[in-house]
Amino acid sequence: MDVYLPVAEVSLDIFVLLGLGAGIGFLSGVFGVGGGFLLTPLLILIGVPAPVAVASSANQLVGASVSGVLAHWRRGHVDFKMGFTLLMGGLAGSVLGIWLFSLFSKLGQIELVISLCYVVLLGTLGGLMGVESVRAMLRRRRPGGPRRRLHRHTWMHGLPLKTRFRKSQLYISALLPIGLGFAVGVLSAVMGIGGGFLMVPAMIYTLGMPTSMVPGTSLLQIIFVAANVTMLQAYTNHTVDAVLALLLLVGGVIGAQFGTRFGTRLRGEQLRFLLAILVLAVAAKLARDLTLRPSDLFVIPSDNHL
Amino acid sequence: MSGARWGLALFSLAALMPLPGHADTVVADLSSHSIAITTGFTGASVVLFGAADSGADVVAVVRGPERDVTIWRKAKVAGIWANADSVTFANIPSFYAVAASKPLAEMLSPAAAALYKIGTDNIKFEAKSATDDEQAKLFAKALVDVRKRDGVYSPTHQKIAFLGDKLFRTTFYFPANIPTGAYLVEVFLVRDKDVVGGQTTPLVVSKVGVDAAVFDFARRDGLAYGVIAVMMAVMAGWVASLPFRST
Repeated sequence: MDVYLPVAEVSLDIFVLLGLGAGIGFLSGVFGVGGGFLLTPLLILIGVPAPVAVASSANQLVGASVSGVLAHWRRGHVDFKMGFTLLMGGLAGSVLGIWLFSLFSKLGQIELVISLCYVVLLGTLGGLMGVESVRAMLRRRRPGGPRRRLHRHTWMHGLPLKTRFRKSQLYISALLPIGLGFAVGVLSAVMGIGGGFLMVPAMIYTLGMPTSMVPGTSLLQIIFVAANVTMLQAYTNHTVDAVLALLLLVGGVIGAQFGTRFGTRLRGEQLRFLLAILVLAVAAKLARDLTLRPSDLFVIPSDNHL
Repeated sequence: MSGARWGLALFSLAALMPLPGHADTVVADLSSHSIAITTGFTGASVVLFGAADSGADVVAVVRGPERDVTIWRKAKVAGIWANADSVTFANIPSFYAVAASKPLAEMLSPAAAALYKIGTDNIKFEAKSATDDEQAKLFAKALVDVRKRDGVYSPTHQKIAFLGDKLFRTTFYFPANIPTGAYLVEVFLVRDKDVVGGQTTPLVVSKVGVDAAVFDFARRDGLAYGVIAVMMAVMAGWVASLPFRST
């Protein structure tokens, strides 16, 4: 059954959209990532114009993240102080990101920029996470092996504005989460995603947060970054398709609840290994598309009619 | 739409049509002058019907609202396929379809086809940016190809069928991705490979109902629309988590 999307100006099968939402919501619950890095490319693939796909995914991420945060919050797995510190940087970063997005759109290179960002970031993070999680799993099998040091001192611990994050059992400079939030905010607005897949590994490896705290806290800041991106897109580009977002949400919010339950049954390193495989698969697909000769050398960017 | 009703429409049209002594008249109309895009819209068909002088041929052209279009060519830069160069054309029809009673080349002289812009080869391409003719031609051809693949330019001309020697009809198909706006349907009467008469009929493609309201709201008041879109998402997320609360 086809449904016409008023802002995207295309007709799509309602069950495809609901199913897509459910799948992404499930991943969102399991990994604490918004799933935008899969949702946006898939929407473009099924015929939604790229600017509308980017803006509407942000809208659906708001709802999916609210659902996910509530589930994690009930288990006490959300560090609000950390979440809002990340957010301060994130909001500033997303404003800069939206500006860059419209700049690259005018230059006709936004799709290339998006693809390159995905390949570089997903490839690097997926590789690092995959190697680390495999090592952790091997260590678990051989209990006699050398243990990783719990705490390593680097230049980052010398930064000012030391703050205690009680829930995460950390005493670090507030500049670290603010800087991380800013970087993720820029990239997420340019790439049209919540940025969870960047945030999650950075929180584990750079900030040193306990893995159990990461998904809920990451989702908390995604709610606000995605809401900010939605508002900015709706105001500047008029590209938010609320009907599309609502359909994705109906499937997504339910998927997220099941995903959260599934996620708590897995061990941290298994979770990270699965996410690494997923991330690498998307990176490989995008890298292939960039280097293979396209079937048609000529393109008319879809934002022509906007 | 039932066949009987069409028969009646054609019959009454033929009966009422003033046929003056001199030749070269064509009268045509559409089954509908508006296409309403609703939530279930998957495309629409519009019937063009009319009467022409016997022995003459008929060509019909449907043209969507004109807009500036930028087309990019990809090239391999450092191993990656990127948008390398572009040409922007002014006032290009966003939809284009042709129907004719005979193959175009057979019934119409190239000069007449060019003058009346009949056929995708005769769409007027005017580059807005400075480009040499050869490149402009190449990009213009590519633009038509891309549009044909998207289904908004008809790949070949459709057949106009004559019922008897005066009455004719054909069906134009409009896919789900058609742009909204004011369309123009031109019907040309052709004799001895030249256009000898014609008629123009408007066709409006617009969104109606909830879709139109959502679209208008998004355009008119982006900020309020954004606020509502975010609130809607928050509500949906909260509602969905309720059934799982107890566990």
